[in-house]
Amino acid sequence: MKTEFIQRCIKGITQAIIEHENDIESLDRAIGDGDHYINLKRGCLAINSMANDFNLMPPSDVFKKIGMKLLSTIGGASGPLFASFFLELSKSLENDGDDRDGFTKGFASGVRAIMTRGKSDFGEKTMLDVLIPISELLNNRVDGDIFDVATQIDRKANEAMLATKDLLPTKGRSAGLGDRALGHIDPGAKSCQVIISAVCQEILKGKK
Amino acid sequence: MKKFINEVDDFILESLSGLAQAHPNLVSVNLDPMYVIRKDIANKKVVLISGGGSGHEPLHSGFVGHGMLDIACPGHVFTSPTPDQMISALEAYQPEKGVLFIVKNYSGDVMNFEMAAEMSSYENKSLIINDDAAVINSSYTTGKRGVAGTVIIEKVLGSLAETGANLDQCLSLGQRVNNASSTMGIALTSCTVPAAGKPTFDIGDDEVEVGVGIHGEPGRRREKIKKANLMVDDMIDVILADLKEKNVKTNSSEILLLVNGYAGTPLSELYLLFDVAAKNLKTHNIKIARSLVGNYTTALDMAGASLTLCVLDDDIKNHWDAPVLTPALRWGM
Repeated sequence: MKTEFIQRCIKGITQAIIEHENDIESLDRAIGDGDHYINLKRGCLAINSMANDFNLMPPSDVFKKIGMKLLSTIGGASGPLFASFFLELSKSLENDGDDRDGFTKGFASGVRAIMTRGKSDFGEKTMLDVLIPISELLNNRVDGDIFDVATQIDRKANEAMLATKDLLPTKGRSAGLGDRALGHIDPGAKSCQVIISAVCQEILKGKK
Repeated sequence: MKKFINEVDDFILESLSGLAQAHPNLVSVNLDPMYVIRKDIANKKVVLISGGGSGHEPLHSGFVGHGMLDIACPGHVFTSPTPDQMISALEAYQPEKGVLFIVKNYSGDVMNFEMAAEMSSYENKSLIINDDAAVINSSYTTGKRGVAGTVIIEKVLGSLAETGANLDQCLSLGQRVNNASSTMGIALTSCTVPAAGKPTFDIGDDEVEVGVGIHGEPGRRREKIKKANLMVDDMIDVILADLKEKNVKTNSSEILLLVNGYAGTPLSELYLLFDVAAKNLKTHNIKIARSLVGNYTTALDMAGASLTLCVLDDDIKNHWDAPVLTPALRWGM
């Protein structure tokens, strides 16, 4: 993984989040507290404005900077969750290297950090319902063609996001809603899918 | 949306700046990162630090001062503050006898304070407040929300800390008051988050949200509005059931009754609620020994109110009565 690729992803993710303002916000207004989009956008813009400082840094340092910045700019539950992911990813890349194998391990430790911080697991109508299947897919296809894998991840993230519609929430602010949250996609799962898809698009651009 | 605003992004900053200028003898405000600290720094006692999303004023910034909080860290509207705020505020305050984080039970607040506690170089403990009786299914591990009972807990602990009590004693009394307090609220209208610009939820002219949260998040059910005494009966039933579940004896007990407005309901209605609640509590053989009526834990511009019953003992009563001097709560000095 190259820092230049991370910088392109930062731009792509920010653009994608802004493009999905209405989706994310209407889901969060239905079963959250309506601030998820605003907080996420604030985080993305903060990372964007520091992206040029990353030029000479190795990916592990870049992810550490991203984690600390997200922690102080996003707030809410998303701040510590995203921050825990990137801080753990950074640590893992430092120990295991930042090649594809190292990133796959780092992604998995990042997801585990979210599970610990949020005391949550798969099937509880949260961002983890997207992140856990993606982590598994990355791990299973660690030797696969990068463009095939990116296409598969994009598709899987979309399916996993849609599947949260029928889940009963037990974590996060929508937990208090019980049955009333059925039929709504989880806003955290939606934003994670948007982010993951944006990264996949960046990878697939290399194919053209 | 109709609000007194210049730029949405400056909403909290300008509001905090106003607080500092209105109460120059009581609090100092730092804007980047955002925190409010006591002017007469009292770092040789246990330092009480709280915080949470903005929009609930005077909670928590209005309760900084002698006999209550040392530090409040406000987040953006309805969004938890971040660990860098707590860390910077503590650096400025230099605690010498430990730090108690007072945290309302929302996943964002809990996680941000948890990370602050892990990163902090000072000895610290955390008190999680969850006085809301409204959530139906207690098997949800996020549990009950922290709401207006927070005011009582912060007041009582502020007094205890002034006496030189240690960190464990502060935590222990905090847990006791939290357990002895139970709150239930009803919303008549939605609130509007400035950055969102539109109401958080839709509600009919003749409807109320029973068990609403302080961010306008849904409660137990939506129903047609009824006479005030019937709505109060419902609220007190829920509160008494919750206290019973927490093994708190209410029959022939003395209580503190807090009638808390969400900011969009006039005091005349809050006092009317007090009158109705007093009549109801008499039938349950519960004596109102202390009371507080007003807008103390608000939800921006939402109309509605919550009732909090805190079952008293001599300890809690004495700490409640002790002098307090903050922008929003002041007696005895």
